[in-house]
Order: sequence, then C-alpha cells, then structure tokens
Amino acid sequence: MITKQLSIFLENKTGRLNDVAKILSESAINMKAFSIADNTDFGILRVLVSDTDKAYQILKENGFAVKITDVLTLHVDNTPGSLYAVLDLLAAANIYIEYMYAFSEGDTASVAIRPDNLEAAVAVLKQHNIQ
Amino acid sequence: MIWNEAAECMSREEKRRLQSERLKKLVERVYANCEPYRKRMQEAGVTPNDIQSIDDIVKLPFTSKKDLRDYYPWGLLSAPLSDIVRIHASSGTTGKPIVAGYTAGDIKIWEEVGARCLAAFGMGRNDVFQVSYGYGLFTGGLGAHGAGQNLGATVIPMSTGNTEKQMLMMRDLGATALACTPSYALYLAEAMEKSGIPRSEFKLKIGVLGAEPWTEAMRKEIEQRMQIKAYDIYGLTEIIGPGVGHECEFQCGTHLHDDHFYPEIIDPETGEALPEGSTGELVFTTLTKEGMPLIRFRTRDLTRLIYEKCQCGRTTVRMEKIMGRSDDMLIIRGVNVFPSQVESVLCEMEEVEPHFFITVDRVNNTDTFDIQVEVKEQYYTDDMKGMIKLQKKVVSKLQSVIGISPNIILSEPRSIERSQGKAKRVLDKRKFQ
Repeated sequence: MITKQLSIFLENKTGRLNDVAKILSESAINMKAFSIADNTDFGILRVLVSDTDKAYQILKENGFAVKITDVLTLHVDNTPGSLYAVLDLLAAANIYIEYMYAFSEGDTASVAIRPDNLEAAVAVLKQHNIQ
Repeated sequence: MIWNEAAECMSREEKRRLQSERLKKLVERVYANCEPYRKRMQEAGVTPNDIQSIDDIVKLPFTSKKDLRDYYPWGLLSAPLSDIVRIHASSGTTGKPIVAGYTAGDIKIWEEVGARCLAAFGMGRNDVFQVSYGYGLFTGGLGAHGAGQNLGATVIPMSTGNTEKQMLMMRDLGATALACTPSYALYLAEAMEKSGIPRSEFKLKIGVLGAEPWTEAMRKEIEQRMQIKAYDIYGLTEIIGPGVGHECEFQCGTHLHDDHFYPEIIDPETGEALPEGSTGELVFTTLTKEGMPLIRFRTRDLTRLIYEKCQCGRTTVRMEKIMGRSDDMLIIRGVNVFPSQVESVLCEMEEVEPHFFITVDRVNNTDTFDIQVEVKEQYYTDDMKGMIKLQKKVVSKLQSVIGISPNIILSEPRSIERSQGKAKRVLDKRKFQ
C-alpha cells in the first residue's frame, strides 16, 4: 500500500521535463505514473518508477534536486462511487489529502495519495480492508 | 606583523608633511610631463605654485574613468615609454580597456605596499602562497605574486581555473595562504567539500581575498566552509592594483597606504570635498607613482574614512567596507539597490546558497526585479506549500533590507553560473535612451 515516490524539483523552462524522461529512458527505467504541481516559476514532478533507488541515484548524479516521498497507492474498481468510498473514509477520519493523482495498470484503476498523516490513513484503510 | 613601522605608524603631523611634500613634487612632475593634466590645470587656473600643502589638493581638477578611456592608451603617462617596464589593463565592460603603465619604481612601490598587506594578515617567509587570481593584464595575479615574493613567501603562481589542479597543488605543496576573489573562494570551498578529501590534508589558514565587493556574511560563509581566516585586500588597477589597502587582525576597516595613495571623500553629485567622517565617493591621488600618476581619481566606490589610530598600532587611515559603487548601484522603481545587499541577506539565510543572479527589466513602464536563487539541496521538499513558503520568506527578508519586493525565482541546484574571477551577478536589460 505504501509506495516510494520520487519528487523532482524542476525550473519552469522548456525541455526540463524532457531531460528527466531522457535520463530515465536511457537507464531503462519505466515511469508508471506521474503528476506535476506547478506555479509560475517552478514545478514539482512526482513520479512512480520501476526502480526507485536507481532512478534516485541517476537523477542525483545528473544534478537534480530529488527526494523520496512515501505515498499510498490504492487499487480502485473502475466503477462509479469507488473512489468516493475511499475518500469518504479518509475525510471521516479527518485526514487531509495534500495531493493525489490517478493512473491505470492494465484493467484496474489506481490512485496515489499523499495524506498529511500517512500512518493514520493506512490504519483507517486497513480497518476497512482496502488494499 | 607590521612590515614597515616607520611608514605605517607615523604620526599624523609627520604624515601630512610627507604627503604635502610628495603632492608638490607630483604636481610639478605631472604638469611638466603630461599634456592633458597641464591643460586641465590651466583651464582650472591652477599652477604647481598654488600647491604648497596637502590641503591645496582640493584646487586640483578630478580625473575620471572616462579620462582614462579618452586618453587611451598612453595619453596620461607622465614618464617616457622607455621608462615603462610593465603594462596592466582592466577589462572595462564598455568599449576600450583601461591601460596602466608602471615604471620600475612603481613596481617597487607596489611590492612594498603588497608586502605590508600580507604581513598584516599574519603571513611571512614560511608561508606557501597560492595565487589563484588571474595572471595577465589583470593586476590581481602579478600584484599578489610580487607582494608574496617581496615578503619572502613561497609563491605558487596558479592563476585561475582548473579547480582539480588547484586542489591538488594546494594539498600537495601545503599551501598555507590563498589569494583569489571571494566568489572563487566559495567555489573552491564547494569543490573541496565535494572532493571528499579530508580537511586535515590541507594546510590552508589564510585567505587573501579581494577584487570585488563582498559582505561580512560572505566572509563568515567562506571562513566556515574553508576553515580559514579571510582578509580583504583592496586595490584598483588605475591606482596600482591589489595593495592599496588591507585589513589588519582587528578587521575594523581597510587600512589605506596613504603615504603613497592619498584618499579623499567627496560628494558624488557636487564633487565637493566632504568633512572628515562623512560618507561619500572615494577619490585617490597617487602621490609617488611615476608611470601613470593620477590626480584626484574618482573611484565611484562609496565609503567613509576613519582617521583614529587603530588598535593594531597603525596610523594609516582606514576605510569602512565599501557599501557599493555609485555606478554598480541599480535604481529599481526609484529605490537604490546594491547587489551587495542581496548577497548579505542570502548569506544569512540557512535555506539558500549565497549564489544569485539579478535581472532587471522594464515591462509596461514598470521595473521588474527578478532574483534567481538556489535552494540548498536538503531544503528542497515534495511539498509545494513548503516551497512557496520558502520563496515568500526570501522575498520578505530581502524586502525588509532593500525596501522593494523582488520576484524570487527558486532554481535547481548548481544552475547559477559559478564565477572563477569577478562574479557577474546582474543583468540590466532596461534601455534608457
């Protein structure tokens, strides 16, 4: 349920995202999911990859500011109301979501969630048998 | 140690007598040998006879940087070219460089004042002195070199660049003192940290830093990261190069060698000499130079002079840290901004590196003021709110010091160019024509 995510600081300039994609592709690292948070000057690229430690090393060597962050990844049925059910549980437990993004692996939908309190979120979801 | 006690500790009366005598001779020499100066004095209605004491200096016209360009290359020489043994030049940012010619006597004076500086930093014959200022037309390299040799130190003429080799020589030859620009010292400190070589393998103790303005905060940063004592050596190509002044162990201002270079403070607007203790533009007269002596040269540096005897025993007049250059100063939205202010704020902040780049432009008749800042690696976070909070913190700290609010651009690690010589930190894109 807890997955290691890479967070990469990027200046808002043309080609910077390409650089990351290129470096990862040259090391045969697959990006499973990503999202970008941005403001006018800079962005934070959050990405789930096939080999987190290797990607971390390579990006660091290439001069990127990169951090490893724990996020929750959950499989959610691809049906109406399934995401709502999960979010409702977290809200009821007073857990704030800092950011989240969705992706699919084969037939199932998945979401990556960064809650303000990771342990509490895991506890709530376990209680309700959500993987 | 005081290198030349007779000169550096003489009483003020004695100093004034010496300065008066030297000024008289200088004016006679320049009047007789240098046409532009003679003309200028005639226009001002002054003859060498009017100069009887150092107080009469205010009767003499000023020399500006522009004069040095207008009379490029030999127009301001007061000695025949056959007596000139060395040329130096400063890389002016606009048009022609400024060329200075030295006689053998000038070089001797330069080595004398240079040795006084190094001795004041605690250096002596037993020091191994790595000179990492550029060698060539720039006065830094050969200036520090001559000073070190005259002192009797073991000089390593490294010049700039090739950081790997700099570190190798510093370690293998056991350099105890390093001369370079403060920004290059920071760059070297970073490289030394990155190299993983334990600090104990270096013997470095003393930094002889100058050639660009730097702040107290930057000094602390250099001293901490390099584990050395960092001293300011002051100089200008037009006057002689590094060695015009130096700090002593008490670091309470820059001692100026006023038996050779006579300083005045003037109002930069009106040109009027200001009373003792005022802040204004620093003006120098080279009392003893032969090749290209300058009378009342306007440095554009803004500072204040202190005449009291220093705790170190020296009586040479002291200059406060230069607060900026009247021509380095940016006027942004009507407010005077010195890059040194930005530097001191950033140096005091734990989260950011001391490297920065200012870009000023004018968009829709309003000045834009962007400062690119690097966040220290451990302070980058995954949290957008946290990064924005940091950005706002930098803005508000700068605003409280400068008075206007800059746009802070957080940048990736090591994305701002590190300088190996004088740092280029400002780009003013505004067009005022």
